[in-house]
Amino acid sequence: MNYHWNWMFFFQEGDDGLRYYEWILSGMTWTTVVSLGGLALAMALGSVLGIMRTTPDRRLVAIGDIYVDIFRNVPLIVQLFMWFFVFPEFLPEKAGMWVKQELPYYVTAIVGLGLYTAARIAEQVKSGINSLPRGQRNAGLALGFTEWQTYRYVRLPMAYRIVLPALTSESMNIFKNSSVTYAVGILELYFQYKQIIEKTSQVLEITIVVTLIYFTLAFTMNRILAVVEKRTRVPGYISGGQGGH
Amino acid sequence: MEAFDFSVISENWRFLAEGLQYTVQVTVVAMVGGIVLGTLLALMRLSSKKALQLVAAAYVNFFRSIPLVQVILAFFLIIPLVLQLITGELTPIGAEKSAYFTFAIFEAAYYSEIMRSGIQSVPRGQVGAGYALGFTYAQTMRYVVLPQAFRNMLPVLLTQTIVLFQDISLVYAIGATDFFGAADKITQRDLRPVEMYTTVAVVYFVICFLLSRLVKRLQAKVAIIR
Repeated sequence: MNYHWNWMFFFQEGDDGLRYYEWILSGMTWTTVVSLGGLALAMALGSVLGIMRTTPDRRLVAIGDIYVDIFRNVPLIVQLFMWFFVFPEFLPEKAGMWVKQELPYYVTAIVGLGLYTAARIAEQVKSGINSLPRGQRNAGLALGFTEWQTYRYVRLPMAYRIVLPALTSESMNIFKNSSVTYAVGILELYFQYKQIIEKTSQVLEITIVVTLIYFTLAFTMNRILAVVEKRTRVPGYISGGQGGH
Repeated sequence: MEAFDFSVISENWRFLAEGLQYTVQVTVVAMVGGIVLGTLLALMRLSSKKALQLVAAAYVNFFRSIPLVQVILAFFLIIPLVLQLITGELTPIGAEKSAYFTFAIFEAAYYSEIMRSGIQSVPRGQVGAGYALGFTYAQTMRYVVLPQAFRNMLPVLLTQTIVLFQDISLVYAIGATDFFGAADKITQRDLRPVEMYTTVAVVYFVICFLLSRLVKRLQAKVAIIR
């Protein structure tokens, strides 16, 4: 193969005066920011939606179900384009202009990624709560807890421990999914990858490096949550152990 | 906001339909290729040969830990290099064709995990029973284990296919004209993002929503018979 290997190109300067490895580091930072931001939003909203879907109130269940159906059945890239190019048009003129011109891109991207991931988290939280024996809620109510208190003190502490492996794997997925935000102008790792290929044609070296970085980011997330899993384990109740895959 | 202009859609419906057709084609090819390759990988992973196990595990973990957009772009650039290595001449294959390979190879990793748990869901005694009847390994798999594994996992395989159908939209990264790509190209020309992107979102939603409801029904059926 007449491919010209050149590992040293990472130390060459790109057109903006920065070296290529600095492009990669900056991409990595943006990937981390967008992913963690999206994850925080997704965990919060996903938990609320997941809990709503297990309440006795039918309206709350319906809202949660509809949300999940919508956000799981439209591709992420289409959702992001909707938030960027369609949503502002439906706002009052001033607000639309503000979203288009003032609001930083990365905020919209984080919201888009977070809302998409929230649907997946909601599924996990719901299945965690539903996996608990009914008796736990009844016992709580019998003790005089309100509905909310049975969630807060009885069901959620157990449900979250049960779904932690699944949440771990969603937390790893969001790093991969964040790569789609390049399409709406976020200068994250995949964007830099694409750009470096265009500038240097060193496809193989950069592919290897970027692959390793994505792998490392997801693996770090996995290890952090494995520690959480270990710390929060209830002795003798959940066998636990293996972090999510 | 300006009024929603349906004429933009009616004028361009043929181009959109061609894009959707391409999306469906890639989905079907990648599903068939992915399930075949994925089943092989699952069998390797569950075989008694350590080397086969390692190769299959490496394949699956590798593709499951990198973003799909990156794989789409990398394969688009690397497949011609590999072909050049084999045939000796430069053969650019184009974005549209490279996507078929990429998705089949990428999805195989996900299908293989599903098939693996499907194979494991068949009681071990059945394998022993197959051997006791004088079946070879291949016959045991072909006539006893795989049909049941496939059947048990059908709802999950189809759910993964719905995900795949949505993921085809990421060929945007290499400029191929799938359903979303078609809408995006029309937007670039006519500057009607609201009509175009909304159409794509609604059509995707309707198709995926209906399919996922069908899968849910199927799941109930399979569950009862078991």
